[in-house]
Amino acid sequence: MSKIHVTATVNGDSVEFLADPRETLLDALRDHLGLIGSKEGCGTGDCGACSVLLDGRLVSACLVLGVEAEGHEIETIEGMAGPDGTLHPLQRKFIEHAALQCGFCTPGFLVASKALLAKTPDPTEEEVRYWLAGNLCRCTGYDKIIRAVMDAAAEMRGAA
Amino acid sequence: MAKDEMNPAFKLIGTRVLRPDGLDKVTGRARYGADFAAPGMLFGAAVRSPHAHARIKRIDATRALALDGVKAVVTRADFPTGLTGEDWNLQENCMAGDVALYDGHAVAAVAATSALLAQDAAKLIEVEYEPLPHVTDVDDAIKPDAPAIRPGAADHSVPDGMPPNVVRYFEFGHGDLDAGFAEADIVRAQTYRTEATHQGYIEPQACVGQLGADGKGEMWVTTQGQWYVRWMCAAVLGLETAQLRVTPSEIGGGFGGKTTVFIEPLSLALSRKAGGKPVKLVMSRSDVLRATGPTASASMDVKIGMKADGTMTAGRAEFRMQGGAFPGSPLNEALECAFAAYKLPAVEHIGHEVLANRPKAAAYRAPGAPMAAFAVESLVDEIARELGLDPIAVRLKNAVREGDRSSYGPRYKSIGLVETLEAAKAHANYAAPLGPNQGRGVATGYWFNHNGDTSVSMAIAEDGTAQVSVGTPDIGGSRASLGLMVAETLGIPYEHVRVNVVETGALGINEPSHGSRATFASGKAAVIATEQAIAEMCRRAAAEWGIEPEAVDWVEGAAQPAGPNAGKFPPMKIAEIAGQMSSTGGPIAGHYEGLPEGVGASFGTHVVDVEVDPETGRTTILRYLVVQDAGRAIHPAYVEGQFQGGAAQGIGWALNEAYIYGEDGRLQNAGFLDYRIPVACDLPMIDTVIVEVPNPGHPYGVRGVGETGITPPLPAVANAIAAATGARLRRLPMNPPAVLAAIKAVRGG
Ligand code: FES
Ligand code: FES
Repeated sequence: MSKIHVTATVNGDSVEFLADPRETLLDALRDHLGLIGSKEGCGTGDCGACSVLLDGRLVSACLVLGVEAEGHEIETIEGMAGPDGTLHPLQRKFIEHAALQCGFCTPGFLVASKALLAKTPDPTEEEVRYWLAGNLCRCTGYDKIIRAVMDAAAEMRGAA
Repeated sequence: MAKDEMNPAFKLIGTRVLRPDGLDKVTGRARYGADFAAPGMLFGAAVRSPHAHARIKRIDATRALALDGVKAVVTRADFPTGLTGEDWNLQENCMAGDVALYDGHAVAAVAATSALLAQDAAKLIEVEYEPLPHVTDVDDAIKPDAPAIRPGAADHSVPDGMPPNVVRYFEFGHGDLDAGFAEADIVRAQTYRTEATHQGYIEPQACVGQLGADGKGEMWVTTQGQWYVRWMCAAVLGLETAQLRVTPSEIGGGFGGKTTVFIEPLSLALSRKAGGKPVKLVMSRSDVLRATGPTASASMDVKIGMKADGTMTAGRAEFRMQGGAFPGSPLNEALECAFAAYKLPAVEHIGHEVLANRPKAAAYRAPGAPMAAFAVESLVDEIARELGLDPIAVRLKNAVREGDRSSYGPRYKSIGLVETLEAAKAHANYAAPLGPNQGRGVATGYWFNHNGDTSVSMAIAEDGTAQVSVGTPDIGGSRASLGLMVAETLGIPYEHVRVNVVETGALGINEPSHGSRATFASGKAAVIATEQAIAEMCRRAAAEWGIEPEAVDWVEGAAQPAGPNAGKFPPMKIAEIAGQMSSTGGPIAGHYEGLPEGVGASFGTHVVDVEVDPETGRTTILRYLVVQDAGRAIHPAYVEGQFQGGAAQGIGWALNEAYIYGEDGRLQNAGFLDYRIPVACDLPMIDTVIVEVPNPGHPYGVRGVGETGITPPLPAVANAIAAATGARLRRLPMNPPAVLAAIKAVRGG
């Protein structure tokens, strides 16, 4: 099948790639753009390991086709820290709170949490738990993840 | 050593330092199994049986091979013949021979220039099957008229006349069982069942394998044990083991499921057939669930005798377990853990291992122990309730202590069961008020912990920093713990130590990160290796000062004269000794190869409060407390993380997770939508208490913390549901329909 030329903005950079029409956005990011931070845990929209922002909206990159990225803005885990490498408060708090064990779910949780805090800067624990219910973590029991998100939210409110 | 004697003022041990791999993991840079690529790499896909049991009559790959870009197809014909024992089991499980033994069993694999092409080609491989009668349920599989899955697979332990699928049988115990039961005021016997569950690591199996015609190979793989991957691939493919080099990636969870091989030998076989090009294989989630190791399912009869005051007089456990179409279910471990918490004058264990048309079971966190705990800890609770006794008091009354004979034979060395029970009793959660439809459950759990083959080397760099090479992949923060122990021993900052998980070419053999052994075994080995390097640095300083090496002490990262008689020299810091090492005798290093002695077993006690909706049968976890003896928490945050993660997995097993096979023998829930693991809104915060009864067999008192935590949740939740509803569930999962039916049954509705 012939490939389709796609132009998009990823983490602020304009990028081009050739996508097989059957390839997902997750495949395109990982295999064509070398952005391996987004993970595939299921490929069916059930685990959240592939969470990215598409025009600021949280999506599972495994459920979006690569060709659908045409003309859109994508933000992945690789774009979360500042250009000089300064960590986003969520990234810092995840390390400080030991909110990762194997770390495979971590990029997805960070991207999803960032989307939450953009909408809801002062979430309750329950709001965090429900928002993140689409992200599976098998290692942590979620306790430290929830604490890290709440703590980052508090810091970001204080800093704002 | 008594607890109080082992309480030196540590500088680093017990602190919550940042993990060394944290930055890579929060920025997306960390490379896991599927993140590796090699130049010229091909992509593979497997063809899997849609039948639970079927003779493979013909495989025709002509159409697949005709596709442009398809480079190789392998079937069992490409593997050596004549393997026996576990080698044969591994080979057979990786690639079916004459018969596909379960839904999802690989029957062929293909390599092509892209992943999509490989998947297309896999669909074009024609396989002709002759379906055979199948059986997937453990109680059905043990029936005398069940379809025989592998005639002749039974070992010598099975007495004549047993049903055809029983492949192993054993009994053990001690004391006079009849006298024990006769002494009891109350004797109860019940049957409990647990369904198979999956480890559920979020990262699917993935590898890149490369194998040349010269028999030399390379593999990059997500695994708990690179040396296991090496010997298993070598055995399955008939290679010389040392000619394979296996490099572990970062690992996205394993829980025992990544201690064996599935697709790894296929990638090497494809690579060899495709002229030595590297071949990448990544499993889909549905293949992970259908074909990689779930745990066993169990059917368990338990009988316990108790006096009115709570003293247990005898226990009997007869377990039937299926671990798929292969021997190897964790039956021994289950029975050995069954009564491990109790001092019993008389105890009997009987085990039947049964084959069924399911994938070969792999280890899953404390293999066997959660099932056994579900049966025994439920029955203890039932009897305590009947006698009106407090569940913690009953357990304290019968709790094993140091020196007691365990239910499975050996005498306990230092253990902390009583301490965990006391801490649970004292915790605020145990006194929290309960409302309507709410109930509290208690259970204990046990795991042996493990040492295993261990090789570690450490070396001092030119600037006085240190590197440590270990063979145990870091799943939950072990590099941080190992770094803390080495830095503490050397007396240098934690940040000055780098711990590397290395490939098979770099060390002697290592067992995987399993059995809760990484921090115990690699930790003890790293401390011993560090002590060798320290001794060498003391010798270098002694030579410089012209005194005896014995007259030099190592204090806070520096060599110094042992006392006034040794001479008056200013301390020589590690950086100084290291900076001169090339001119004072060359590299300074230490290493350890062996089986670290002194494993310390671990007990835990969990307390859970639930609320059960009487209309729907849905159970909500209100509070959860994990109390566990860690021996010593090197990095408390990651110890808590193990407790919390184990509890969450156990809660999932208790309430929701189960392999569901249809009448056709096919797995009906091979995806995360239908195989539902706990999500964030299913759980509360998980409270933890780290009990520290130091293990005298480890330089810093470590026992190992990974496994015990998954053991108590199954019965603790069942006991809480019984307390909340009056309904006793003796079968997992306790999902809403099951709980609702049980409530209706007790209410006569
Ligand atoms: S990989 Fe996209 S949701 Fe799981
Ligand atoms: S840290 Fe392993 S899956 Fe979340």
